[in-house]
Amino acid sequence: MALLELPVKNKQKKEEAPEDALTGTPGTRFSRHLILCLVGLVMLYPLLWLISSSFKPSNDIFRQLGLWPENWDFSNYEQGWNALNQPFHVYLINSLIVVVFSIIGNIFSCALAAYAFARMEFTGRKLFFALMLGTLMLPGHVLLVPQYIIFSQLGWLDTYLPLIVPNFMATNAFFIFLMVQFMKALPKELDDAAQIDGCGPFRTFLRVIMPLCIPAMATTAIFTFISTWNEFFGPLLYIQNQDLYTVPLALRAFMDSEGQSMWGPMFAMSVVSIAPIIGFFIAGQKYLINGIATAGLK
Amino acid sequence: MSVLTKQASGAAAALAAPARGTPKRGPSRRTNQRSGYLFLLPWFLGMLFTIIPFFASLYLAFTDYNLFTEPNFVGLANFQAMFEDPRLLQSLKVTFIYTFVSVPISLGIALLVALVLNRGLSGLSIYRSVYYLPSLLGGSVAIVMLWRYIFGNDGIVNGFLGWFGIQGPAWVTDPEFALSTLLVLNVWTFGSPMVIFLAGLRQVPTMYYEAASIDGASKWRQFRAITLPLISPIIFFNLIMQLIGSFQTFTQGYVMSGGTGGPADSTLFYNLYLYQKGFTEFEMGYASAMAWLLLMIIAIFTAINFIASKFWVFYDN
Repeated sequence: MALLELPVKNKQKKEEAPEDALTGTPGTRFSRHLILCLVGLVMLYPLLWLISSSFKPSNDIFRQLGLWPENWDFSNYEQGWNALNQPFHVYLINSLIVVVFSIIGNIFSCALAAYAFARMEFTGRKLFFALMLGTLMLPGHVLLVPQYIIFSQLGWLDTYLPLIVPNFMATNAFFIFLMVQFMKALPKELDDAAQIDGCGPFRTFLRVIMPLCIPAMATTAIFTFISTWNEFFGPLLYIQNQDLYTVPLALRAFMDSEGQSMWGPMFAMSVVSIAPIIGFFIAGQKYLINGIATAGLK
Repeated sequence: MSVLTKQASGAAAALAAPARGTPKRGPSRRTNQRSGYLFLLPWFLGMLFTIIPFFASLYLAFTDYNLFTEPNFVGLANFQAMFEDPRLLQSLKVTFIYTFVSVPISLGIALLVALVLNRGLSGLSIYRSVYYLPSLLGGSVAIVMLWRYIFGNDGIVNGFLGWFGIQGPAWVTDPEFALSTLLVLNVWTFGSPMVIFLAGLRQVPTMYYEAASIDGASKWRQFRAITLPLISPIIFFNLIMQLIGSFQTFTQGYVMSGGTGGPADSTLFYNLYLYQKGFTEFEMGYASAMAWLLLMIIAIFTAINFIASKFWVFYDN
């Protein structure tokens, strides 16, 4: 898999390359900054507009292109919070339940598998590893119909189990791959030393390797958070009961029922729904950037 | 991160020292075997949960399964029906246009911005974050909804065009323009390939450029002769991942059109149609056949890319 190995090479030189010497004359440097700032502004404008619109009265939203609200209206948040069947925090809590269990599941199952692939010897290891890499490229929709049938026969429709349980079965090969790369970089002597001190494989994993893998686990946790928080297709398929809606489903229901008139409240709830992602992004940038540079995660 | 590894190796050296000279011991090969499989237990379960549905869906593709009655084997009927299904052909067209327009554009922009950012700028990490943030949000319902209003009749795009006296079209409701709003959305998320490019560019040794400029090579020539070959594996990687991802677009089409793929099927992405067939019309045999067609399309494009890569991707081994 030359395809996947190359981006991984980046990991070897993990430490941020030192700031290169500045190039160009002050003039070209200035124009570069000017262009980059303009591009950045264009990129951020939709988000800024969304945030500012959430503070405008619905009637003003499409009349003013400006970002600064002329009439501040905080009632959008209150109205939006109570516009659906349940107050909005119910949907936030629903999403949070799915996210927390998905994170726990991904971290444990993927770390276990990664430890076996990275640091243990057993028959079939290479074959299984190749199989694991193969599933990286498998489009999920191929499995969709049979998985749906299995979940419905288990009576799991309208529960969060179809969204959570697969994460406990190391089905996310990206995270296994990321952790394998990370664990391979740890010195082999660690396992030997732990073994001599009487640790079995599981204790070695739990006490020696896991604590050293905190950065890789943080990356996994943040990516799981963001993808699960945004996840629309799974909940759309498995959750019919409105009281169990996750945030994306709730927003979609909002748009369908009120989207033609209550722009302000809808934008307010949109802001509420993306705020955790932006928060996690700001808090965990380092791990995110390392993660995509290492395993090509999105 | 490197600090941790250093600490770890220090600890390991300290721990290993007294053991020197003792004969190599440790659990027998058999226990090691067993615990290897034990660690993989969740993964084995996951593989079962992948492999069984994989073959089940292959089987269902040749049946008329509808979730309520027993499946009957119908041979190639689903595949024949697909090629006579105008909505299916439309969904392929939408998905292809989306992929082959937005992937090259967003990769081009990603590479260009990465090149500029790699030229030694103060504030690199701020720019990188600002450009990267949209790619975390592009798949969220909130942003696709926002896009609907940005491109709405009296949305900010038409407002902006109005400053120049241009009467913008009804982007969202005109079949000719609806897909283009989603192309823009996809290009907006160029940040994640950009970060991968940037990581790759940082690995190119600066001495190559120094040597080249001593020899009098122009910037353009340096880019062609040094940068491009050395990051070609990364271009290749990004291309494959973006293609695979964009063939499977769903949320954007669904939210933009309220689940219909409209107006006039102009945002009917392949997976959206698959969803409609399988889960609103319950033609699950047909939906399985569609899934396999998509798998084959993706496999073919990936294979073409791998073969073509022999001619343009440079591996420095």
